[in-house]
Amino acid sequence: MAEQTGNHENGAFERAVRTAAESGTDKPAVSNTKSNKQTPVVDEKPTDSPDLLSMYRRMVLCRALDERIWMLNRQGKAAIMASSQGHEAGQIGSVEALKKGYDQFYIYYRDLAVLLELGLTPTEIIKGFVAKEGEPLSGARQFPTHGAHPEYGIINLSNVVATHIPQGVGAALSAKMKGEDRVVIIYFGDGASSAGDCHEAMNFAAIHKLPVIFFCENNKYAISVPLKNQMAVDSVASRAEGYGMPGIEVDGCDITAVYEATFEAAQRARSGQGPSLIEAQVERYLPHTSDDDDSIYRPPEEIEEAKKRDPLQMLKDLLYSSDTLDEEQEDLINKDARQIVNEATEEAENAPYPATNDFYKHVVGDNPA
Amino acid sequence: MTIKTVLEAVHDAMQEEMRRDKTVFVMGEDIGARGGVFLATEGFLQEFGEDRVIDTPLAESSIAGVALGAAMHGMRPIAEIEFGDFIWPTINQIVGEAAKVRYGTQGKLNAPMVLRAPHGGGVRGALYHSQSVEAFFAHTPGLKVITPSTPYDAKGLLKSAIRDDDPVIFLEHKRTYRLVKGEVPDAEYTLPIGKADLKREGSDVTIITYGLMLHHCLEAAETVEMDDIDVEVLDLRTVRPLDIDAILETTKKTGKVLIVHEDNKALGVGAEVSAIISENAFEYLDGPVSRLAGPEIPAMPFAPPLEEMYMIDSEKIANSVRQLAEY
Repeated sequence: MAEQTGNHENGAFERAVRTAAESGTDKPAVSNTKSNKQTPVVDEKPTDSPDLLSMYRRMVLCRALDERIWMLNRQGKAAIMASSQGHEAGQIGSVEALKKGYDQFYIYYRDLAVLLELGLTPTEIIKGFVAKEGEPLSGARQFPTHGAHPEYGIINLSNVVATHIPQGVGAALSAKMKGEDRVVIIYFGDGASSAGDCHEAMNFAAIHKLPVIFFCENNKYAISVPLKNQMAVDSVASRAEGYGMPGIEVDGCDITAVYEATFEAAQRARSGQGPSLIEAQVERYLPHTSDDDDSIYRPPEEIEEAKKRDPLQMLKDLLYSSDTLDEEQEDLINKDARQIVNEATEEAENAPYPATNDFYKHVVGDNPA
Repeated sequence: MTIKTVLEAVHDAMQEEMRRDKTVFVMGEDIGARGGVFLATEGFLQEFGEDRVIDTPLAESSIAGVALGAAMHGMRPIAEIEFGDFIWPTINQIVGEAAKVRYGTQGKLNAPMVLRAPHGGGVRGALYHSQSVEAFFAHTPGLKVITPSTPYDAKGLLKSAIRDDDPVIFLEHKRTYRLVKGEVPDAEYTLPIGKADLKREGSDVTIITYGLMLHHCLEAAETVEMDDIDVEVLDLRTVRPLDIDAILETTKKTGKVLIVHEDNKALGVGAEVSAIISENAFEYLDGPVSRLAGPEIPAMPFAPPLEEMYMIDSEKIANSVRQLAEY
């Protein structure tokens, strides 16, 4: 993928997208063939060209944090963990294409990198996993990574898969009604794509041309159920045609491709042209959660094969091949990440548990009408 | 004062709030050009336009879920579920989600939304156009559940529900829509959520009720006047939160309480009211806290004699009052 780096005019979106309008009924809504660009450029890109070295640094940090939290679970200190390993390029690449602190991010439980990208610190995140005071999303009332951070535009209300998809569409409806050019990106897994709420939400968003990016992180497993038992079609993105919106299939391990696809979808959303469905094909290297045992249902060779397209390795190779990264720098980046994670772990572990004095607070408001 | 029906009161409350506050909007099935199957939003499309009067696809979960999302982002949606019987697909979004927004975000987000639905039977609606749905929502902390009985209450409470900062389930008994008329002030007013209303003062027996049943209870109270039984009637108006003070006050006054609701008896609103009385006013009781409620069959049947057997009327209520009075 190295040759496409920074080449936004002929990016992954161009290669992958085919709008519903373009595709014939006998063809899939997605294709890897080139199609005509339909969307006029209406907005400056958040960054002219994503700083790949910086993104690599952040991805290394996310991986180190993820590994640490998994270890904390194995040490009995973190009750539950859904690892983001293998999803990082999809998450970092998509956030990079959006307006932080303005656009709204309806995330799900595997979006560790999204949280980091939007401004949560490793300490705050680990506090969530060890349920300590100062956890910013729910005050450690909820499972880790759940709750909300309105200033950062983070909403992760529920553990019930797919319920957030219509809610994100509602957020987009609100933006449209208020005349804001805010985009709502809704992250979900391939498992969620089977839920009725996903269908209803996509249909509603397409009818009203709402500024939504449906971002499916397809890691090919809904806990233990493989894709072939989840859907009869080859791709989640192919469903977009049925709703009347573009469906874009993108290599979710290729951070540049994800950035390009998300940026184009955001432009379309911001300019009133409606929602898009991006299917980022990612990998899941660990069991569904720390409570799962994937050796029961997943052959180890399959995971080894998946690791050949580790997004972290792919980005590193890209940086080496363009002489943007050398071993000395790589060591430094790794060392920095370890230090940040070590310090965050210590701070979070040493924090007290939340006090129980507001146990009954925030059931309903204090000032009824 | 003007005489209005419950339906007109509901219509006017929404219309006034939409005129007052640009963040209020309505969404639901057939509420646009059709004006709602009961005409609760008649003329709204013409007045407010399709941006604020959204005819939705036939997909109740997303009606609730999209409304919830909009509510968490500064809007005040009124989502209409065409019939209470169609409300079940919203349970996940309402009980599972909306009710937990505030608690699950430590108060950083809240959901000022109203989910309205016509419910209740006695209209030849059979199993799927007659259900009472209040108990399922009333069980849930984080929600408010309103069951008005008169035009005055419906208007004042719906306006409060729209202005409230939490999710409110507003259940209008469809039989009251055109049947029940009453005076409604021409001037602006709201009524407090969670406050019961003493609809009739008496000294011998208290009936605690809500919704359509209020009217049958008032009729029964008049009937038993001839038996020299002086009945007090407390209209709960809101079933979550319950007005515990009002429930205990009337209990202490009469010492005999009959709870009447159309919804089936087991684990219903009456069970909770009864427990509140037993726990807090046991020593004031001169008889068992009694319940007259819907039968334990899944829903209301269609054929007239079967429907009649299901529905509670003033005669059945009067009999229960006499029994309790004699205790």
